[in-house]
Amino acid sequence: MNRREFIKISGLLGISSVVPPLFLGGCSAHPLPGAGQVSRTPTYCDMCFWKCAGFVEQENAQPWKITGNDTDLHSEGRLCTRGTGGLGSYEDRDRLKKPLLRVTGSDGRQTFREVSWDEALDHIAERLRSIAERYGPDRTALLNHGAGANHFKHLMRAYGSGSNAEPAFAQCRGPRDVGFELTFGEGLGSPERTDMEHSRCIVLIGSHIGENLHNGQVQTLATALRRDATLITVDPRFSVPAGKSKYWLPIKPGTDIALLLSWMHVLIDEGLCDKDYIKRYATGFEQLTDHVARYSPEWVYLETGIEPGLIRTTAREMAASAPATLIHPGRHTVWYGDDTQRSRAIAILNALLGSWGRKGGLYIKENVRLPKYPLPDYPKPKSTFRAAHGDRYPFANEGVTNALIEASIGADAHYKGWLVYGTNLPMTIPGIRPQLKAAMDSLELVVVVDTMPMEITGYADVVLPECTYLERYDDLRNAGERHPSLALRMPALEPRFDSKPGWWIAKQLGHRLGLDDYFPWEDYAEVIDWQLRQVGSSLEEMKKTGIKNFPRTTAKYFSPGEAVSFYTPSGKIELYSQQLADKGFDPMPEFIRPEQPPQGYYRLNYGRMPAHTFGKTTNNPLLFQLAPENTLWVNPLVANEKGLTNGEYVRLANPDGIFSNPIRVRVTERIRPDSVFMAHGFGHTSRRLRLTANVGADDSELMTNVKVDPLMGGTGMRGNFVTIVKETV
Amino acid sequence: MLEEILVTARSNPHIDPVMDVWGWEISVYLFLGGLAAGIMFFSALMLLLNKDEEAPFSVNGLALLGPVVLSLGMTTLFLDLSHKLFVWRFYTTFEPTSPMSYGAWILILFYPVAILQVVSTFRKGYPFFANRVNDIPLVVRLLDLVERYRRLIAWLAIPIAVALGIYTGILLSAFSARPFWNTGLLGPLFLVSGLSTGAALTALIARQHSERRLLTRIDAGLIVVELLIVALLLINLSTGAKPQLDAAAMLMGGSYTGWFWGVFVALGLLVPLVLEYFEMRGSVRRIVMLAPVLVLLGGYVLRAITVDLGQETTWIDYQSEFNTQLLERLH
Amino acid sequence: MALYAMVIDTKLCIGCGDCVVACKTENKVPEGLNRDWVVEATQGTYPNLKTEFRSERCNHCSHATCVYMCPTGASHHWNGTNIVLVDPNKCTGCKACIAACPYDARLIMHPGGYIDKCTFCHHRVEKGLDPACVSTCPTHCMYFGLLDDPSSTVSELLRTRNYKVLSPETGNQPNVYYLI
Repeated sequence: MNRREFIKISGLLGISSVVPPLFLGGCSAHPLPGAGQVSRTPTYCDMCFWKCAGFVEQENAQPWKITGNDTDLHSEGRLCTRGTGGLGSYEDRDRLKKPLLRVTGSDGRQTFREVSWDEALDHIAERLRSIAERYGPDRTALLNHGAGANHFKHLMRAYGSGSNAEPAFAQCRGPRDVGFELTFGEGLGSPERTDMEHSRCIVLIGSHIGENLHNGQVQTLATALRRDATLITVDPRFSVPAGKSKYWLPIKPGTDIALLLSWMHVLIDEGLCDKDYIKRYATGFEQLTDHVARYSPEWVYLETGIEPGLIRTTAREMAASAPATLIHPGRHTVWYGDDTQRSRAIAILNALLGSWGRKGGLYIKENVRLPKYPLPDYPKPKSTFRAAHGDRYPFANEGVTNALIEASIGADAHYKGWLVYGTNLPMTIPGIRPQLKAAMDSLELVVVVDTMPMEITGYADVVLPECTYLERYDDLRNAGERHPSLALRMPALEPRFDSKPGWWIAKQLGHRLGLDDYFPWEDYAEVIDWQLRQVGSSLEEMKKTGIKNFPRTTAKYFSPGEAVSFYTPSGKIELYSQQLADKGFDPMPEFIRPEQPPQGYYRLNYGRMPAHTFGKTTNNPLLFQLAPENTLWVNPLVANEKGLTNGEYVRLANPDGIFSNPIRVRVTERIRPDSVFMAHGFGHTSRRLRLTANVGADDSELMTNVKVDPLMGGTGMRGNFVTIVKETV
Repeated sequence: MLEEILVTARSNPHIDPVMDVWGWEISVYLFLGGLAAGIMFFSALMLLLNKDEEAPFSVNGLALLGPVVLSLGMTTLFLDLSHKLFVWRFYTTFEPTSPMSYGAWILILFYPVAILQVVSTFRKGYPFFANRVNDIPLVVRLLDLVERYRRLIAWLAIPIAVALGIYTGILLSAFSARPFWNTGLLGPLFLVSGLSTGAALTALIARQHSERRLLTRIDAGLIVVELLIVALLLINLSTGAKPQLDAAAMLMGGSYTGWFWGVFVALGLLVPLVLEYFEMRGSVRRIVMLAPVLVLLGGYVLRAITVDLGQETTWIDYQSEFNTQLLERLH
Repeated sequence: MALYAMVIDTKLCIGCGDCVVACKTENKVPEGLNRDWVVEATQGTYPNLKTEFRSERCNHCSHATCVYMCPTGASHHWNGTNIVLVDPNKCTGCKACIAACPYDARLIMHPGGYIDKCTFCHHRVEKGLDPACVSTCPTHCMYFGLLDDPSSTVSELLRTRNYKVLSPETGNQPNVYYLI
């Protein structure tokens, strides 16, 4: 190595280059990590919706690792398990590589043919134009998930579609957002506006933070625990947070509303509410008092199995720490069909404790006022997502995926064409497979844009391979948070194979549809640069730092005695909801006893595991090495009775005769004898996912007993029962 | 109930689910090493005890087998290494805390001493070849010289043989992490077993009846000592702490019971002892030839059981939540 | 011997395995091999239960039997500290160190053939950084530092909190501490 070369290398090393890079031995065969030429590119993660900022680090032009961005207050410079394993999605050997077109072979069989981008895009545009001509562009829909969907939302709106739906609403957070909207006038959003780092008392209703790994949630919960906050967990299963709680309430499944109403009863009865807050900001207190009068702890004990003394003690703990008490709203709240009401109960309880807008409760979000890139106005669509569900689900203010799918079935269906972005519908929506198949028979166009050959691709007319988040630009992250910030996602690596960024795909389709006015730029980097310049930064600057933090301009909490107006019809927090009453629903939550499993059946409990973002990452080689399969948690009493041993593989069957894939038994005390538990996301059937195909069991196919929430269309998934079938081979 | 499991898939080859870093290569080496020690020991001992008349093969011919057997053993030892190109690293240092380092050097020291033994007894041991080189004056002078130091060489050989025979047992017993091995009895057991196999092999090969009788008597005595040590070993395990009790359970009722009692103790020790007793009493010769073969078999089985069982005994043992064979899909 | 210790707070550890993935990527551990792992220990009967998560790895013992047993000096203590490293250029692959470790913390590095294990990311430590696992933990429950320095976080934690080590009866004096 000559002198000039050496200087060049040391100049590029970001971190210290004083230490001799080759420490051990005299042989150069084993250089230590980081001893070569290291480069860092900022991005924000796409492994879940939290969007933590980080750096993709490469050594000698080879991908090395992904680490956090220290200046990102949203993630405190740390990435979770999935984020750290993000390079696996880049390296996944089973990634979609080329555009695929469905063709019928000479033998009559349908198959996929690899085509060029031009052919694929031309085909899609031609079909979209055809649908627009014969029915109208509003008869198409976008079903989407993920940050990259923005490009396609834009495309579809420019085209004239008024319908898009993300499973995140009706299959996940919908009930909670609607419940809080009905109460406080606003939803919770993503990320949730929980101020756990300052909480003195946190109550989790079924939320298993720590098994679900929303980075900021985990970090702020850990901070609260470190500061000796009281954690109360309500969960039938001994979840991870249950194990760290001062009080764990092993509640009978499906009886949470009774418990919540009982807590309200105790708070009101013992005069422990935040009276000033309620007087100032809420309405309907008298009706609520009357309503909860009969939910005494003694009566609720019979329904929930939680002892009255414990109900009272925990209520008092909550009150003692108020207003720094957070009844956590949860996130995946589609359980029993009465979920919006349960979220209402959580919202009301927060209101009684005065935690909304207060430190340690729920803070006021602020994001950056980022101007939109100047574009023409969208055309007014002839119909919106409401066309899918009509008069049903009056409180759904977002598209309801299951309704949209139903509205695509049959020759007279409202929807004629779909664009599916980044969501694997067969495994995402419970019991949907028959409807999906039926919709496929009548839909004229199904386009799937994805990075991986998920099951949904099997239904597509055209499959478009998008490159992963590590290989593309996407919109700046500008989520409402405690601290407003912008995060940059830029390509750190060249797109592999023939995959393309979503913005390029959207622009290309836009061009073919005559929508060039909506895509007046050549490269999406221009849009980002323009936006950044409006707020005093630039793409150049962001490429180095990845993050730009902005000071808040609004208060994070209410000031004492401040007059606050809520976005509800009354302008106040609605403990009693006239809106609900007007539509014929319970204005205050009622407890409805849940169904009991038939003899010989167990409740199917499901959840997350920290190694995976459910079905999205089970084929990721890095994460696969961590957790290759899901296991069925079985109580030792049940194992004894049925003769099950650890490590044995069994199948599950539901009352409708659906059998699952084999799943590995884990005998553990952490699950109650009347239930079994498994992590969601396994049991993939797509053979092109070579690591995960047919590994583990799929809970969603067993969920044929869907409990639809009449308020907003959410598909409650916890009303399913299964029996265990031993493998006879 | 304690449920203690690995919740991240760990499948380090040869370590999960049960340690098996050492296999047949090591058992074979341990056996051949012990055998070579026995060979060197008896060829030296018989010489020093002036048994030229009674045991001529032992005194003059046996020594040659030592390096042959040991070389075979070192070959399997080499095969066991997972980083073979660096095998020379054994010999760029001496690590006083590592019995294996001692062993590496003992193995090296064995050869010059064994060669000297062979050379010092070459003329009497292999007259056919000795006559061939009689006319080379340099060779004759060399043979004369070395023969003069026969006894000194034999005195040197005894400690080397003992070291070779005992160090492998000490090596295994130094592993505190493997409860089954961690007993001071293992060194003596391997030494006695090695000497026993050496005597047995010599009895098998030797032609002269008096030599066979002598070595059979010696072997019988060694087997008795070996039985005593095995008994002490079992007592030690059965009265130890949990890890030792677990190891004892594997020998008495567990998966190793058949091999240990049926093959090693019965076939490898008791049956030969009985047969050798009858031999000493002067009974049927043919059946009795079986005895040394069984001793050799028992010697190998002892090593194999020790190597396998030792690796299975452990302080920490986690079950895995996942089926780690799924990781093979990565390839 | 300067003592580097890792202190892990089991009260905050959620067993997420981030430490395992971070180690894999930072140290380019070959597919299918692990330098660290997570153990979950649950005691009791439903509903009276207690669960503990532990991120485990080589304990960089002060009395490291693997160093004592190594015949070539490949396993050695680094720079007068307790950090145990393997010099691949001296390792013959005899695997004595694997047999010597009571914690099953060592592994054979395929395809290289030499022995490998957690190095406490000494390549980061000498730059003043924490090991990769400690730096990534989302609950911030892992700490690393010099025990010889009484003002270091690890020293303070061991002074003020109850802790345990894995199987102290091995006599190896492990230096990974678990706060309980």
